[in-house]
Amino acid sequence: MDDLNKETHTAIAHYLTALADDELVLAHRDSEWTGHAPILEEDIAFSNIAQDEMGHALLWYNQLSGLTGLDPDRLVFFREASEFRNVQMVELPKGDWAFTILRQYLFDAYELVQLKWLERSPLPILADPAAKIRREEIYHFRHTGAWTQRLGMGTGESNRRMQRALDELWPFAGQLFSRNESTWPLVIAGTIPDPVDQWSEWQTLVVPFLTGSGLKLPGEINSIAAERTHHTDHLSDLLLDLQEVARSDPEASW
Amino acid sequence: MERGLCLTTSLIWKALEEVKDPEIPVVSLVEMGIVREVAVDDQVVVIMITPTFAGCPALQVMINDVEARIRQLGAEDVKVEVVLAPPWSSDWITPEARVKLKSFGLAPPPVHGGRVEMTFFEVAVCPYCDSKNTVVKNDFGPTLCRSIHYCQQCRQPFEQFKAL
Repeated sequence: MDDLNKETHTAIAHYLTALADDELVLAHRDSEWTGHAPILEEDIAFSNIAQDEMGHALLWYNQLSGLTGLDPDRLVFFREASEFRNVQMVELPKGDWAFTILRQYLFDAYELVQLKWLERSPLPILADPAAKIRREEIYHFRHTGAWTQRLGMGTGESNRRMQRALDELWPFAGQLFSRNESTWPLVIAGTIPDPVDQWSEWQTLVVPFLTGSGLKLPGEINSIAAERTHHTDHLSDLLLDLQEVARSDPEASW
Repeated sequence: MERGLCLTTSLIWKALEEVKDPEIPVVSLVEMGIVREVAVDDQVVVIMITPTFAGCPALQVMINDVEARIRQLGAEDVKVEVVLAPPWSSDWITPEARVKLKSFGLAPPPVHGGRVEMTFFEVAVCPYCDSKNTVVKNDFGPTLCRSIHYCQQCRQPFEQFKAL
């Protein structure tokens, strides 16, 4: 990677940070169900999913580390909220079970669309982890899809909660597919997908499934999305929890 | 490395066959397809391994175990490198290891030829009574690589190593 010009180098670093941070923050939210899920099977399932996403985050941080020399632990435990590049959808509080399921379903679908493209990227630093992660994500997508259907078509109460979750989450989906100035050179170079193309593919995947699960689409997704470095206050709260132990003794070795 | 000691790749492969999977102690890392490559260059032994599931917490244990076993052979400079491509596939688990998994009470993963989603249409075979009259209880289990099933024939819960 030594022959990359500065602009490309920065763009790849930003892109890898975004991939890693999305996985890390979602993993943390998923892990909040450990010991609290509505049934034992789901306690096991969501603890597994959280561990998977954490593993995926580590793959991306390791690639970033290879590119920039930055230590993954420093990146996770000692950055401020404004330095994180995750989308706002993954930092929202876990909410009720319907919200958790629907968020995970929408994000899993996004990941599958994105990873399928990245797997064929000419850059091994992106293609190699993508190929590995996509195979594991198939299990997540099947699981959250089944729950989306089950709750959407279950009782009046479960449908009402799923609809409320969809109404809340839908506006945040636009940020998953917004173009980013700093990574745009990679789209031009054919190294990463154009998020706008992915948007239509994602909608083809999720829209008929959601309506078929008894849910009504809240309308158009807002295409003017926040920058990835702009966050809700929920990320600071999450980081307070995630970083507390490491920051209490920065020199400790684990 | 001691003078006069000649470490060949075949000696190293043979030694690695004794290094067991920390979570499934009946099978070796070689049989599981985790060890990808072995190279000896003068004084340096390089071993490339690949993780099964990305979040597998046993990876560091595997690295340490591989390094320790090769040092026992007299090698001083041992490097264990983690590679990601091609991604690990459960199809790489050897036929012998599949028999051992079954004897351990763990149904071996179906061979899928790269299409993991096709295995969703297959039922797990009970490792205790060989019945196909089984149901999936949970796609997720006690470790990232296991799912939970129930045999309606012998009324025994069991786990399967997940296809990947």
